[in-house]
Amino acid sequence: MPSSPDARIAVDRVLCTGHGVCAQTLPGAVTLDEWGYPIIRSETVPADAASLAVKLCPARALYLR
Amino acid sequence: MSGQAFWFLSRATGVVSVVLLTVVVCLGMVTAGRRRPHGESATVVMGVHRWLSLGMLVFLAVHIVTAIVDGYVPIGWLAVVLPFSSPYQTLLVGLGTVAVDLLVVLMVTSYLRHRIPERRWRIIHWTSYAMWLAALAHGFAMGTSDQPGLRLTTIACGTVGGLFVAWRLVASHADRERRQEINAQEWT
Repeated sequence: MPSSPDARIAVDRVLCTGHGVCAQTLPGAVTLDEWGYPIIRSETVPADAASLAVKLCPARALYLR
Repeated sequence: MSGQAFWFLSRATGVVSVVLLTVVVCLGMVTAGRRRPHGESATVVMGVHRWLSLGMLVFLAVHIVTAIVDGYVPIGWLAVVLPFSSPYQTLLVGLGTVAVDLLVVLMVTSYLRHRIPERRWRIIHWTSYAMWLAALAHGFAMGTSDQPGLRLTTIACGTVGGLFVAWRLVASHADRERRQEINAQEWT
């Protein structure tokens, strides 16, 4: 498989309800604060992983820049 | 394949569809109502909710096509999309059609979710409860009495789904509560 290009992710703080799915689908790039809301450690992630994380966000709060 | 095989296939795929639909609806309720944060399972639940709903379409398509192609009872292709147009069991087949129509709406709006305001998408997504009830009623009433297993499966689906609905109604909303707390705080 060719290595996928990178994408930049961001979180809509108003929509986010803290399911924590992004921290699971993008380990390392996203961690959770003590209430379960995401902290983005690295905006730049592989594009395929980013698009999966965006699709699985239950609050559709994660998006590509 | 003889006509009878189609009829059996239609009933088998119908009962599988109602089971998978119940699982998808329950996983949706788990996602909407669970206290957060809660580790890995949220991702699994969301992934299964998303992709099992697509997988169910295969069984549903076979269920619909075989019921019509079988030809033992007149249903007609129009009844796939237009409710209450089947000459055979107009009301009961029509409930299945209503569920199919709602399912199409839910699939399209979820596919286009990024283009729909969140509030509107949410209201539309609530119709999945109506879709599930229509499918259950269709399955229960048409799971013929000489096959109690089919009807029992539908009853089991309704019972499990009903328990999930009850849990969903009493489930706490961690995010909403936190937002209310913050709203109640005084700004300094």
